[in-house]
Amino acid sequence: MTPNPTETLDVKGENCPMPVVKSKQAIDELEVDDVLEVLATDPGSMSDMAGWAETMPGVELIEQEEGESVYTHYVRKIAQ
Amino acid sequence: MSADESAAESAAAPETVEAPSREELAARIDELADQLAATEDDDTPPKMAIVATKGTLDMAYPPLILASTAAAFGFDVTVFHTFWGLEILHEENASDLKLSSVGNPSMPVPNLVAALPGMDRMTTKLMERRIEENDTATIEELIETSLDMGVELQACQMTIDLLGYDESEFYDGVTVGVGAATAVQDMAEADVQLLV
Repeated sequence: MTPNPTETLDVKGENCPMPVVKSKQAIDELEVDDVLEVLATDPGSMSDMAGWAETMPGVELIEQEEGESVYTHYVRKIAQ
Repeated sequence: MSADESAAESAAAPETVEAPSREELAARIDELADQLAATEDDDTPPKMAIVATKGTLDMAYPPLILASTAAAFGFDVTVFHTFWGLEILHEENASDLKLSSVGNPSMPVPNLVAALPGMDRMTTKLMERRIEENDTATIEELIETSLDMGVELQACQMTIDLLGYDESEFYDGVTVGVGAATAVQDMAEADVQLLV
């Protein structure tokens, strides 16, 4: 089931470290329980987003989808 | 009791450590539990201290990428720029950092050719074109992003004076008036320390 995102961040075409850096900036603007959808074309974003969400307090990775050229990540804000 | 008798008595009955009462033990346990809770509740962010010493295009990237990424992880980050690392913060020079093939076996140009006049300019142009084609962030973008995210970019005062720069020549938001002691203090307090 695809999570229902509150906000979508399009970082297609951008490379390391921007998907993670912009995700952090976007999640800071959201409320607890909001879900951020991140659209990226950087193949490294699969590992980077998972590592970031695991280590960064206050966020959790819900799902990652590997499309043909777009990698979609869903991250939930769980604390301020 | 004579002095002799007193001495004999104390020798016969060695000093015993009085066992703490239940109340004392309970109080001690409470105290330790409070200390443990305080440690676990410690939500001060982790710290990273980076020292950037190089001013070539390729070596400007790692400290900025790591700093902005660590900030995205919730780290308090300081980057102490010293010697040629200062070029990264210099508003005019930062957009014109050069790449050299000399002494760099990873570049596809023999040293003898790389040393010819104009070669640094050529390899720099090639790298800049690659950066653009690959949509890799530019140095200026990374500096602005880092500052936005609260990274403290420090310019070593001694090197500013040594190289004859003026404080106004650096990006807005760059911290000046700091020296090695500030860097050492940041490193001492940091969970991660890096020299680039």
